[in-house]
Amino acid sequence: MNSVRTSLLESSRWKAWEPVVWLLAFASPFVVAQHALIINEIAIVALFALSLDLILGYTGIVSLGHAAFLGFGAYSAALFAKHVMPDPLVGLAVGIVAATALGAVCSFTIMRGTDLTRLMVTLGMALLLLELANKLDWLTGGSDGLQGVTMGPLLGRFEFDLMGQTAAWYSLTVLLVIFLLARRLVHSPFGATLMAVRDNRLRAMAIGIPVSARLAVAYTVAAGVAGAAGALLAQTTGFASLDVFALERSADLMLILVIGGVGWLYGGIAGAVVFKLMHDVISGITPQYWTFWIGLFLVVLVMVGRERLLRPWTWFGRDRGQG
Amino acid sequence: MLTILFDGIAYGMLLFILAVGLSVTMGLMNFINLAHGAFAMVGGYITVVLMQRHGVPFMACLPLAFGGAALLGMVLERTLYRTMYRKPHLDQVLFSIGLAFMAVATADYFMGSQQQIMQLPEWLRGRTELFDGALGMGHYRLFIIAVCAALTIGLQFILSKTRFGSRLRASVDDPRVAAGLGINVNVVFAATFAVGSGLAGLGGALGAEVLGLDPTFPLKFMVYFLIVVAVGGTSSITGPLLAALLLGIADVAGKYFIPKLGAFIVYALMIAILIWRPQGLFVRKGGK
Repeated sequence: MNSVRTSLLESSRWKAWEPVVWLLAFASPFVVAQHALIINEIAIVALFALSLDLILGYTGIVSLGHAAFLGFGAYSAALFAKHVMPDPLVGLAVGIVAATALGAVCSFTIMRGTDLTRLMVTLGMALLLLELANKLDWLTGGSDGLQGVTMGPLLGRFEFDLMGQTAAWYSLTVLLVIFLLARRLVHSPFGATLMAVRDNRLRAMAIGIPVSARLAVAYTVAAGVAGAAGALLAQTTGFASLDVFALERSADLMLILVIGGVGWLYGGIAGAVVFKLMHDVISGITPQYWTFWIGLFLVVLVMVGRERLLRPWTWFGRDRGQG
Repeated sequence: MLTILFDGIAYGMLLFILAVGLSVTMGLMNFINLAHGAFAMVGGYITVVLMQRHGVPFMACLPLAFGGAALLGMVLERTLYRTMYRKPHLDQVLFSIGLAFMAVATADYFMGSQQQIMQLPEWLRGRTELFDGALGMGHYRLFIIAVCAALTIGLQFILSKTRFGSRLRASVDDPRVAAGLGINVNVVFAATFAVGSGLAGLGGALGAEVLGLDPTFPLKFMVYFLIVVAVGGTSSITGPLLAALLLGIADVAGKYFIPKLGAFIVYALMIAILIWRPQGLFVRKGGK
């Protein structure tokens, strides 16, 4: 009995390398202070990818419109900072709550139908919000973006500086907190039921898991996390523009998650680091055509088999049953 | 009022020709192909290049656009797409969106990022006014409707009356049983994919003037094709036809009457329909 418990809990235990990774992450804005802005970006993208992982990797919902929640969080946080109060933490909470509410509403749209239906509904939702943000220009600034967002100091003490160190630490802290919560969530019995739903919805239903309710909760939580990422984005850049809703953002996000590995919480973080660095290098070489290389990368990735990308030792030799 | 309806129908017919190949291939192999718009773009660029740089007449360009896109579709199907059929939907989405990205960047590289302008032949320009101006019909739109209607009737005939059509329908309903009956599903699929890509190419050539042609075409109209397929269902061609007409009319009317909301109406309509009928509006009983 005891050994069963040990082996079941094995996967949720902290590995020795995990604190090291986080320590490195938190030390990075200090060590390479000139790159603090990109570290901030990576932390935000990682948080966003973590959110997609909750629904795609753990629950099996294919979404092409996750940017809807990022954008909604970003605009709510920015509007709140502009019109109500500039405190970052309250703004973050507002972004999360707004996106969570939107996610709860949207979760009804992803219950039924095939993957194609879900793809279309999620994509449609992002495009709908894009149109709204574009047309409600008295509120959102339309295609010029929402400008003039000034943030107050964090906790009343730390000003956001131009170097982006404060921003980087702020984003990393939020990422860590949400990561810990997500980790707790996916290793809980609740998380196990999500994975059961992902693997076989019919059987999950047969053993008494309320599939629709689980999907709804997972989708809502993921929306809230994406909203947090959006709020961070708006707060640390002091700006919210229409491209937060764009299709490219959702597609890039999927790529990020797939690079790092789906169904693994560090997948989003690893993917975000690799993707951002790759983006910087490639767009440094060919700024205009870098989508070509991203596209090629995606095609090759899928042809080779995305499970094998991060496991180079399986590249040669027999492909055992993986398609 | 009637003019809007007319423009909507022309737009819808065009969308149908662009999307019908996607609908059939999706129904046949359950493959989510987000790169379908790339074939349409190829057709459009073939037409523009041939007309502007080589002086080929417009009418001769259309079959060439069809042939070029169909050939490309066949080659890609044989080499890349066929390995994807058994993979999960996530892989298919990633793969085809990767192809679409590559197509966008390639078109940008070779053709430049500006919008291409198409010179229509003299006899297609101009407008006819009927009923004291209540119905204004652009000649080119009339031409589009005529071509697309002829194609639709032709497709319907092939599907319902020919031997290939019955094989195709059998394969869509259940590929395994169809294969068991001696139908070579792979060949059926390759042919369908090629024709579908060709039709997209033709649609791209016809639509270059109406929809606008620039390198972002595959991504810009991907959503519209997918709406047609998702709303129309994948088991027949009447479903996508009606969905395309509905979409075309709703889009034109929405943009005319409530320009403030733009494409908002179309997306809202799609989401509402998909919540109401997740499998699409027109699902045939007995299909899979």
